[in-house]
Amino acid sequence: MLRITNLHKTFNPGTINANTALDGVDLHLNDGDFASVIGGNGAGKSTLLNAIAGVWKPDCGTIEIDGVDVTQMPEYRRAKYLGRVFQDPMMGTAPDMEIAENLAIAARRGTRRRFVWGVRREERIRYKALLATLELGLEDRLSHKVGLLSGGQRQAVTLLMATLNRPKLLLLDEHTASLDPKTALKVLELTDQIVQQNKLTTLMITHNMKEAIAHGNRLIMMHGGRIIVDVSGDEKKNLTVKQLLDLFTQASNGAISDRMVLG
Amino acid sequence: MAFINALPGAVAEGLIWGLMGIGVYLSYKLLNFADLTVDGSIVTGACVCAVMLAGGFPVWLSVIAAFFAGSVAGFVTGLLHTAFGVPEILAGILTQLMLYSVNLAILGGKSLVAINPRVNNLLVHMSNNPRTIIVMLIFVAATIIGLWLFFYTEFGLTIKSTGDNPNMSRAQGVNVKLTQVLGLALSNGIVALSGAMLAQYKGSANINDGRGAIVIGLAAIFIGLSVSLKIKPNFVVSMIGVVGGGIVYYIVYNFVILLGLKTDYLKMLSAIIVAVFLAVPYLKKEHFTRQRKLPSNGINTRIGGGENA
Repeated sequence: MLRITNLHKTFNPGTINANTALDGVDLHLNDGDFASVIGGNGAGKSTLLNAIAGVWKPDCGTIEIDGVDVTQMPEYRRAKYLGRVFQDPMMGTAPDMEIAENLAIAARRGTRRRFVWGVRREERIRYKALLATLELGLEDRLSHKVGLLSGGQRQAVTLLMATLNRPKLLLLDEHTASLDPKTALKVLELTDQIVQQNKLTTLMITHNMKEAIAHGNRLIMMHGGRIIVDVSGDEKKNLTVKQLLDLFTQASNGAISDRMVLG
Repeated sequence: MAFINALPGAVAEGLIWGLMGIGVYLSYKLLNFADLTVDGSIVTGACVCAVMLAGGFPVWLSVIAAFFAGSVAGFVTGLLHTAFGVPEILAGILTQLMLYSVNLAILGGKSLVAINPRVNNLLVHMSNNPRTIIVMLIFVAATIIGLWLFFYTEFGLTIKSTGDNPNMSRAQGVNVKLTQVLGLALSNGIVALSGAMLAQYKGSANINDGRGAIVIGLAAIFIGLSVSLKIKPNFVVSMIGVVGGGIVYYIVYNFVILLGLKTDYLKMLSAIIVAVFLAVPYLKKEHFTRQRKLPSNGINTRIGGGENA
């Protein structure tokens, strides 16, 4: 479903601030794979996700989604293949617009926007039913502005928006990191539920090793702009945090970041 | 008494500038783009209308042409910003400066072209304020209804979302460069339309009429929204508020003239009104919300502010 070949990206090349964020990433996700990505700060996790989303173009290498080479495609155009949820709950929704309007814009991702009514009545009924599945009491607030919602609620709505049109690939960029623990758990449960129901191919960045082990069928560890560990199946299922830390120490020659340990 | 006599004229001119305020609202509030093109595009609208009327074209055609001329100006600003990476304020200033030359060219090198209300069948004119008010009310109502419908279409929603959250818009497949350019074209088209009405009302198009127009538009927006947001924060009420703000502005304007203020100082007054409306919310936030008094039961409301905290 996703095939990344030899991806390189250096920010500020040729200057004293040159920073190699991706140093030859090869990654192949099968249809229905749910991969969690871990790694310390500056490992290149977010850079990888942004490269897939098309926030900027890589220096070299190719990105293919479902057989289509999207490497040179602008962000808004490749959006039709992708569902995205960001770390910052404010980034994924338009605060001054109604919940229904946000969902309606997302429902038309990948289609040509026409001069016809933007939120139809039968859509409202569908959105209401979908919002009810979140169990956050949002089903009666369709015409409320998203800006009135809490961070967790906004993140749940963003998740719904990302998956409303079944995306070929769901990109989750630490989407629970800025939520309180209880809300984070709720959003993660929702994520699992939605991913399983729609059998979505998913790439989820997390800082939390337990989360990475508990969710998905694959675990990818990044360090220094490369993928250093890629485990799946039973091997992944039986991993412990201790083993993961050992793996990391081994693969990265002992360089360990505080944030990884805390996670 | 003099004030009462001046009232119909103030309302008529206020309605024309209120229409202009709607155009500025689209860029400033909806697109979140401080677009300085309007100082030029309002004059472009006036020039196109005046020159076409002088050339014997029917008034409705002149007004439509003015709208499109303004759209082109907005289009240029949008292109400078989105395709060539010019910062938004500078893109507006550059287009505004270009328009000064363009407007002079339209006027045939003169700084003023007069419109003769006896020769041309005008929509509005200062000699007939009641008619001006009725015509402008129809124009304003049609514009508000048209925009209201437009912003509920699939395409209209993406223009709104572009201003509200460009990041979300891109992630949802919206070509935000396109929506920004078209939004600016629409905004400046409406501004030029009000310029065409202004030229008819005053009986002339003057190359210097646009100086500080953006400030009057912003004044109309701030005055209007200060009231309309308290009533109901939706699009139509906001639009009506902006037009109302234009009228209030011109009533105050006429009032201070009657009080004997020299017209030389009016630009200063406009700028101060806008500065005050921008400063008050800021100062309130900075200086009056830091420390809240404890409620009488002694529980500090700032602790555990709930899910929205």
